[in-house]
Amino acid sequence: MSVDNELLSVRDLRKHFAVKGGVFSREIDRVYAVDGVSFDIGAGETLGLVGESGCGKSTTGRCILRLIEPSSGEIRFKGTDVTRMSGPALRSLRRDMQIIFQDPYASLNPRLTVGAIVGEALTIHELATSRRDLEDRVVQLLETVGLQADHMRRFPHEFSGGQRQRIGIARALAVEPKLIVCDEPVSALDVSIQAQVINLLEDLQEQFGLTYLFIAHDLSVVEHISTRVAVMYLGRVVEIAPSRDLYDNPLHPYTEALLSAVPIPDPTVKRKRIMLQGDVPNPIRPPSGCHFHTRCPIARPDCSQRVPELRESQPGHWVSCHYRG
Amino acid sequence: MAETLLDIRGLKTWFKTDDGMVRAVDGVDLRIDQGETVGVVGESGCGKTVTARSVLKLIDMPPGRFEAGQILWRGRDLVPAEESEMNKIRSREIAIIFQEPMTSLNPVYTVGDQIAEVIAQHQKLNKKQAMAGAAEMLRLVNIPNPQRRVHDYPHQFSGGMRQRVMIAMALSCQPRLLIADEPTTALDVTIQAQILELMQEMKERFGMSIMLITHAMGVVAETCQRVTVMYAGKVVEEAPVKALFGDPRHPYTQGLIRSIPRVDRAARHKERLEAIPGTVPSLLEPPPGCRFAARCKYVTDICVGAMPPLKEVAPGHFVRCVL
Repeated sequence: MSVDNELLSVRDLRKHFAVKGGVFSREIDRVYAVDGVSFDIGAGETLGLVGESGCGKSTTGRCILRLIEPSSGEIRFKGTDVTRMSGPALRSLRRDMQIIFQDPYASLNPRLTVGAIVGEALTIHELATSRRDLEDRVVQLLETVGLQADHMRRFPHEFSGGQRQRIGIARALAVEPKLIVCDEPVSALDVSIQAQVINLLEDLQEQFGLTYLFIAHDLSVVEHISTRVAVMYLGRVVEIAPSRDLYDNPLHPYTEALLSAVPIPDPTVKRKRIMLQGDVPNPIRPPSGCHFHTRCPIARPDCSQRVPELRESQPGHWVSCHYRG
Repeated sequence: MAETLLDIRGLKTWFKTDDGMVRAVDGVDLRIDQGETVGVVGESGCGKTVTARSVLKLIDMPPGRFEAGQILWRGRDLVPAEESEMNKIRSREIAIIFQEPMTSLNPVYTVGDQIAEVIAQHQKLNKKQAMAGAAEMLRLVNIPNPQRRVHDYPHQFSGGMRQRVMIAMALSCQPRLLIADEPTTALDVTIQAQILELMQEMKERFGMSIMLITHAMGVVAETCQRVTVMYAGKVVEEAPVKALFGDPRHPYTQGLIRSIPRVDRAARHKERLEAIPGTVPSLLEPPPGCRFAARCKYVTDICVGAMPPLKEVAPGHFVRCVL
């Protein structure tokens, strides 16, 4: 699954959360949030990670930064295994990888000024030589994301949702990272503001040569911004392909259904919709074999027995289905 | 011509706050005919939810108050109506479903109890009959094992299933108009498709009208016959759905349509999205001119001076813009 110029490589990543209960709070169950995920990201590209709520896309993003400790698997950043790092190595890793969160209201400390929020990482990583330098850098960062110098003395509540998301982006950029995990960065924003933030992220990528892991549930946004897209279902990747390929020629029945469910803002377009029955099953006891077999329109009896491998069906187009591709 | 059910004329719903008067809904006209699905679109804070809640008088007064206008329900004005009268209209004639089904269902009662309560209140039925009616409603909205599920509590349902319960409750008295306030916004896309299909089925079955409030242009394009676009408390454009998407006249509508990436045009043109600069203005003491002027790329002096009127540019197509 290798890509040119590989920056990040994830192999068989798993994260299981224990469900505790009973008098001695013993583990009574397990949530298989991420259940064997593998993908690569090349330097300078944007990998989109899509799927419905509970499919494990955010957990995957957080495991990569080790904000959540993975249960098993390997995460290589520039060839070094991130899962074994600790102390100073981990700290310097965090300079290279940053994250932008979904909720711009919850991810900024309301008691700190914008200047303190953006400058905090510069201080921690000792990147500013003096107070004066720190201030200059913060101003420069705010201007890069389309805010103004005098905003640095204000508090987060004085800003709109779109502006707060810009503050979050400035904070991520402060340490000059190589990879930014964007966890639903525009989902909480109005459509007209969404477009502003997407355009900003694209401009910054070009300007600083950034690499993005772009996590979102909105397929149209992901298609627009991504070089390649990985589709997740119940903790597993079911399909990875260059974004154009995936949308023109989806192979996995889940991808197909997901794409056909997106409403198109054009009343003259009439499409055939593939209706999936029922809800996403509980990740505590995911279905056996292929996780999708309970809702799959083309499932056959053995789909509940055998777990499909993610295999390359066409150059660069990977799919995990026994009967497609 | 179909009967006009709801006819809102010049409605102003304002809120008194410590900072001054917030003109959330500031002169809105909106008509819904029998059997129609009318979309109301706009961004957060444009007044679409307040308009919907005003119709059922679900606004706390004070701080809110009707400053002006009429809400004609089948010819009768609801603005001066007494609470007892409104109670007869709610559910029986106009029902509403909300965005977040978890917060609009009572967590300590079974869903059966909650639906049966609505049924019993409006139809003279005993508890057992009402409960049977509740199970029947759950069956109608395709909830598996309805006889057993009526005894479950809201937390035992998934998000999509809860929205089905809400729809079952709203339709239990067969209203003529269903107001759906962002019914699918909290749901995943495959579940959204299921709920939209269910609403369409129910509409055909009961012959009701729907007022669909949403910010998603895709949902509007696929479900509505007519659309009203709101911006900062005002209607800026109203048109049949094909005219709105095919020939949007107001710069705000144009911006809304162009700022969304399109899945169906998959990566064919990787162009920049046309973002609308700036943010929605404050509704505290808004300026006299066009509310969109500050973000509009075609702005002229006339726009800033006075509010443009809503004028008809094609049959049934109204625009509030001087251009």
